[in-house]
Amino acid sequence: MKRFTGMKAVFRREFKAYFSSPLGYVFIVIFLAASGFLTLSRDFGRMLELRQADLTPFFNYLPWLFVVLVPAVAMRLWAEERKTGTVELLLTLPITLEGAYLGKFLAGWSFLGVSLLLTWPVAYQAARLGDPDWGVVLCGYLASFLTAGAFLAVGMLFSALSRNQVVAFILAVAASVAFLLLGLPQTLEAIGNVMGGYVEQLFASFSLVDHFETLSRGLVEVRTLVFFLLFTLGWLASGMLVLDRTRAA
Amino acid sequence: MEGNAKSPEGELLIEVQDLAKHYGPIRAVDGISFEVRRGDVLGFLGPNGAGKTTVMKMLTGFLEPDRGRVKVAGHDLAEESLEARRKIGYLPETAPAYGEMTVASFLEFIAEARGVGNRAAAVDRVVQAAALGRVVQQTIETLSKGFQRRVSLAQALIHDPEVLIFDEPTDGLDPNQKAVVQELIVSLSADRAIVLSTHILDEAERVCNRALIISQGKILVDSTPEALIAQAPNHNVMRLVLASDALPELMNALEEKLWCERVERLTESTLDVYPQRGENHLGELMELTSGLEIHSIHLQEGRLNELFREITREVES
Repeated sequence: MKRFTGMKAVFRREFKAYFSSPLGYVFIVIFLAASGFLTLSRDFGRMLELRQADLTPFFNYLPWLFVVLVPAVAMRLWAEERKTGTVELLLTLPITLEGAYLGKFLAGWSFLGVSLLLTWPVAYQAARLGDPDWGVVLCGYLASFLTAGAFLAVGMLFSALSRNQVVAFILAVAASVAFLLLGLPQTLEAIGNVMGGYVEQLFASFSLVDHFETLSRGLVEVRTLVFFLLFTLGWLASGMLVLDRTRAA
Repeated sequence: MEGNAKSPEGELLIEVQDLAKHYGPIRAVDGISFEVRRGDVLGFLGPNGAGKTTVMKMLTGFLEPDRGRVKVAGHDLAEESLEARRKIGYLPETAPAYGEMTVASFLEFIAEARGVGNRAAAVDRVVQAAALGRVVQQTIETLSKGFQRRVSLAQALIHDPEVLIFDEPTDGLDPNQKAVVQELIVSLSADRAIVLSTHILDEAERVCNRALIISQGKILVDSTPEALIAQAPNHNVMRLVLASDALPELMNALEEKLWCERVERLTESTLDVYPQRGENHLGELMELTSGLEIHSIHLQEGRLNELFREITREVES
């Protein structure tokens, strides 16, 4: 696959980079603490009070956590390369832009996957409470993983856009929040009232929250998978175009 | 000023045709063409902002030119980008590297990305070539500037490339390290084509067999370093410090000599003697001053910045 030349080398370097700087460890600690808090807290997940062998209290809040945390993983991916000048080194190696971009994306995504796997005590706790439907649990993890990837693709574009990591972070959070809010029932209803049912349906089909909830409840629909695929690929492709234009700026 | 020193027998490894790039209204590079053959070390000389770095970035495929084309070892950089880039080793101006990596893992990564077969052997070879043995397990961000530049040099050599592009290879090195890197470049030059940019004429003289002077994105001179130094306005000017009572007599004697263009009196006891056409007449001067009380004679070499001012003035007028 000549188009993706260099992807593996970039992936390996980037993945290791998360663990050779404090970023990776800080991220994992904060992610586990925050997701644990949201799952157990009386104001949010109430997992201990509900005493159900079900991970819904855990999965429900993950997209809102990702909105803040995934941009923190994404922001350095290109902004740092451009700030330190290593982008000149990277993009003059005999690797393609796609190889470099996707190598970084997959490394970040895998890192997020590792963080997700480290939440296994939540599943363990559910198993102690009763007999959870493991298929649904698996779907919940899949939905979370896909959502993390989608937000990572969003954040990466902004990292390619700005050489300032803080700017990249803020823009990525804003964009991710906007996508989450757009899919909320309240927002959709307001859109429907102003612009009519057609537009409401159109927006509903782009609703990340909707697709996330469908999948995490255990309903594997083709349109959900297609949504995540197109959403992520669309942002990745746009990010590559942006990077190609900004690489030397 | 066209004095070509191309070695006609070497294989053509770099062909640059009518290369141009502008940033907004500024023409950074304005129609540059040149060729480099195997065995050549081409020095790009010019002041800051002359367009040297922009040319380097286009030669390595980092920047896309607005116009013109680059061929590396027969591969067009625009059409066969990966093939062309495989032939190039590049040391960028700022010697960038991933600071959190160790020297060994960084070189390993570059070797992997370049598809080097025996990576451990390649890393060993360049660690030795760039004298990095002592720091190979240190993270790059903890290294001194000189070591960081040598790490970048090592990564440029890891795939044993036919074409080397060095942007200010000795910048930030101390004199000893400079000499080591210059020797390394000379030793690499026999079976490769090397392009380097520098603002030190002395360096160009030591390592290059061709020199291009570039200003405002245009090639002003394509010559050899020796020829350039000879053209510098202060080349072979002799500075004498002598007993002040002997000075008038000597000035009179000098004015009668045909090889002496003019004499400039700097202080009561200091004199600059300008030879005709920048030739070396130290011997004649020594003869002339044999009976006098001389404190010192210093033979000057041409300086690039003076020459540069001279050349750009000529171009403007």
